[in-house]
Amino acid sequence: MLRSKTSRWAAAPYLLWMAIFIVVPLFIVIWYALTDASGAFTLQNLAEIGRYSSVFARSLLLAAEATVICLVLGFPVGYFLSRLRANKQHIMLMLIMLPMWMNFLLRTYAWMTLLEKNGLINKLLGLFGIGPLNMINTAGAVVLGMVYNYLPYMILPLYTAMTKIDDSIIEAAQDLGCNTFRTLTRVLIPLAKPGIATGITMVFVPAVSTFIISRMLGGGSNLLIGDLIELQFLGNSYNLNLGSAMSLALMVIVLLCMSFTSSFDEEEMEGVM
Amino acid sequence: MKTQHKRLLQRAYIVMIFGFMYLPIAVLIAYSFNENKSRTVFSGFTLGWYKSLFQNEMILSALGLSLVLALVSSVLATVLGTLATIGINSMSRRTQLIVNNISYVPVVTPEIITGVSLMLLFVLLQQAGAGGEVGIFGWVTLLIAHITFNVPYVIFNVGPKLRQLDPSLYNAALDLGCTPRQAFFKVILPQLTPAILSAFLIYLTYSIDDFMISYFNCGTMQTLPIAIYSMTRKKVSPEINALSAIMFLVILTIILVSNHMDSRAYRRNQAAIRKSAAEA
Amino acid sequence: MDESLIVSLKDIVVDFDGERVLNGLSLDIHDKEFVTFLGPSGCGKTTTLRVIAGFITPQSGSVLFDGKDITGLPPYKRQVNTVFQKYALFPHLNVFENVAFGLRLKKMPEEQLRPKVLEMLEIVGLKGFERRGIHQLSGGQQQRVAIARSLVNQPRVLLLDEPLGALDLKLRKEMQLELKRLQRELNITFVYVTHDQEEALTMSDTVVVMNKGNIQQIGSPQDIYNEPQNAFIANFIGDSNIVDGIMVKDFLVSFCGHDFSCVDRGFAYNEPVQVVVRPEDVAIVPPSTGMLTGLVRDVIFKGVHFEMHVDVEGKEWLIHSTQASQPGEIIGMNIGPDEIHIMSREGV
Repeated sequence: MLRSKTSRWAAAPYLLWMAIFIVVPLFIVIWYALTDASGAFTLQNLAEIGRYSSVFARSLLLAAEATVICLVLGFPVGYFLSRLRANKQHIMLMLIMLPMWMNFLLRTYAWMTLLEKNGLINKLLGLFGIGPLNMINTAGAVVLGMVYNYLPYMILPLYTAMTKIDDSIIEAAQDLGCNTFRTLTRVLIPLAKPGIATGITMVFVPAVSTFIISRMLGGGSNLLIGDLIELQFLGNSYNLNLGSAMSLALMVIVLLCMSFTSSFDEEEMEGVM
Repeated sequence: MKTQHKRLLQRAYIVMIFGFMYLPIAVLIAYSFNENKSRTVFSGFTLGWYKSLFQNEMILSALGLSLVLALVSSVLATVLGTLATIGINSMSRRTQLIVNNISYVPVVTPEIITGVSLMLLFVLLQQAGAGGEVGIFGWVTLLIAHITFNVPYVIFNVGPKLRQLDPSLYNAALDLGCTPRQAFFKVILPQLTPAILSAFLIYLTYSIDDFMISYFNCGTMQTLPIAIYSMTRKKVSPEINALSAIMFLVILTIILVSNHMDSRAYRRNQAAIRKSAAEA
Repeated sequence: MDESLIVSLKDIVVDFDGERVLNGLSLDIHDKEFVTFLGPSGCGKTTTLRVIAGFITPQSGSVLFDGKDITGLPPYKRQVNTVFQKYALFPHLNVFENVAFGLRLKKMPEEQLRPKVLEMLEIVGLKGFERRGIHQLSGGQQQRVAIARSLVNQPRVLLLDEPLGALDLKLRKEMQLELKRLQRELNITFVYVTHDQEEALTMSDTVVVMNKGNIQQIGSPQDIYNEPQNAFIANFIGDSNIVDGIMVKDFLVSFCGHDFSCVDRGFAYNEPVQVVVRPEDVAIVPPSTGMLTGLVRDVIFKGVHFEMHVDVEGKEWLIHSTQASQPGEIIGMNIGPDEIHIMSREGV
């Protein structure tokens, strides 16, 4: 049906658009990364990234921490949600997605006001004679901001994967001798693997490339890759070639992360085959 | 008894997570009514920040830009994407796979890279003389950027629906006397309308919400998220809190209304089914 | 206490969201018996099974296993295993690992585990399927894996929750015989849930007919079919003609304007009763010699017999006969004393 030759041309404007505004720009990034300001080929930009290895390491570490925390916090939520009745699931899902519709900058700003030295949390702690704690402008605050912003991206794929697990599968595990912990390790986690893989990607990729969260909650001392790139393109250290090299490096990190999680997924598929 | 304990524990955990997700927003909104500029001491109730928000030229013009931009880019992206979906559907399996993979690129690349790569393209075009004296960055680059990051979603939203469609539907239309064109517009398109519409709504929200990609391609223009960003960078004013409260209220209303419509339609359908079953 | 008892349910009450699903149900299940819970959907049969398995803790009442109270015991500590309605096989494990699941939890060493699993697969007729994935099996094969996965743990009682519901008719008949064979060979108790009366009558030693959270009748398949205790059972099990009548005196009942001799007694004089006659128990005779006469409305060929709808004094009767009458024909009908079952009207 609808497979006439002429209807194929309907995709032409789209393909042209994607070619010009997606594919070509990515090649421009690669080209810029491998040339200097005069347009000559150089590996200098890539070599220079080495100077920022501590920033790259920090980005990876903080994003990984945030991803693990999201997974630990989100797994039970996804499970409980998937066991609710359909109409309740619908409402709970709405409630989980609702904060996501709120602008990301405003959500992060909310934490800024909560964490600051004379913010609400320190005020509360003061009532118990604790503090004031130095919370804002720390690495911990950056991780908190990541967890807060990206937790729903972990919960949703976990929930989706776990809705496919029938109650009777869990009952079968118990029936055959699994206690709660073993039901988790032998049945739930293996079956939720595709959701875990998607969730890790969906949290790690934006977390490792953010620059807003680090800027708003990390102060000047917790630069991430995203901050470096932003500084090269729009900031004081304007250098498009170095910025492109950094973007390329970030892209490689992201691709590595995704091939890692998808291999995770394939393992799962082999078990099925 | 034991299951009851478990259920209580589950409920407590869910409440805790929701508290984590909603408390910051609640605090933000609460302080939009604070007379004092302080973000800790609540000294008295006022609507003053809402008033000054609506007199804030920067915010209002940014809001206007965001709305127009969202509308225009969503319409264009929907048309482009719907056409593409139909075209892709009539391609061979292999070509489909390639096109789908290309469509995935903007979905999986970090926003910051989509943003800077487009910026580099525009920088090159500008160097080649596009845009003249004032430069290329502004309305046009923003529009292109917004269409670009949105357009693949139609393919993922409508494409599966198109494939799931019963092929005999189209044949039935032809059998009953439709020309292929009529069959498409009278039979196929109406089936796809809900998916297309929902893609359009998603575009609207993505576009209004986008910061990262706009940030690198806006030149001196300010969309609402960019205005918010610059506000958080400067001396903070509770106007932001007021803005948050309004945005939250608008979103909540939209979601509740659409949800209510959904469930009403559902209940109506169920009632009709019961009625016809009782009659039969 | 009865030595042969294995499971006893005592006054089990289960509510879901304020709705009573089991209404003070009591039941004894004997060892090595094939027991079937039979009833329409929503009658509480699956709930009863799940109470025995431990997935539902009753609001009140107790579950005894081998004389010990196991009411609060979680499922993984019970000596029963369940075959689920849609099999509930683990999609991330292959056939071998599915069957080995329970044994691995018991930390059985590999050299003991392997032969046990293979033997069980052979018993259910899946030799050579060990490495297959679950999704590469047909419904019938998945069913066999589910049975093997439960039986390999050597449960004292196997619970089966409508295990054949998803299979087509031919396969279902095959599996019925096979399940019966397994139960005899392994010599353990099977508790089987179904809404299919034919299945229940074919396989069981004892049938428990349930409706609305109560037990209606317990008995052998023959008892249930031939001596239904109330109209619900008569209707649910096979086709029946149920008419109002008057028990004139012992061994004599009057219905449709005629007195019939019967084998029932113990009712009051002229007590209103209900009379059950199975469609195959009506003999067709020439109108002049019939106890009743009726007008044939229509005749449908059913393969083994003809199904006839006959109008008798304004009430439609269903008659199964190997000889066809013509629509519009007047026929005579005779019913022997043994074929008439009397039920009191109170139980209705």
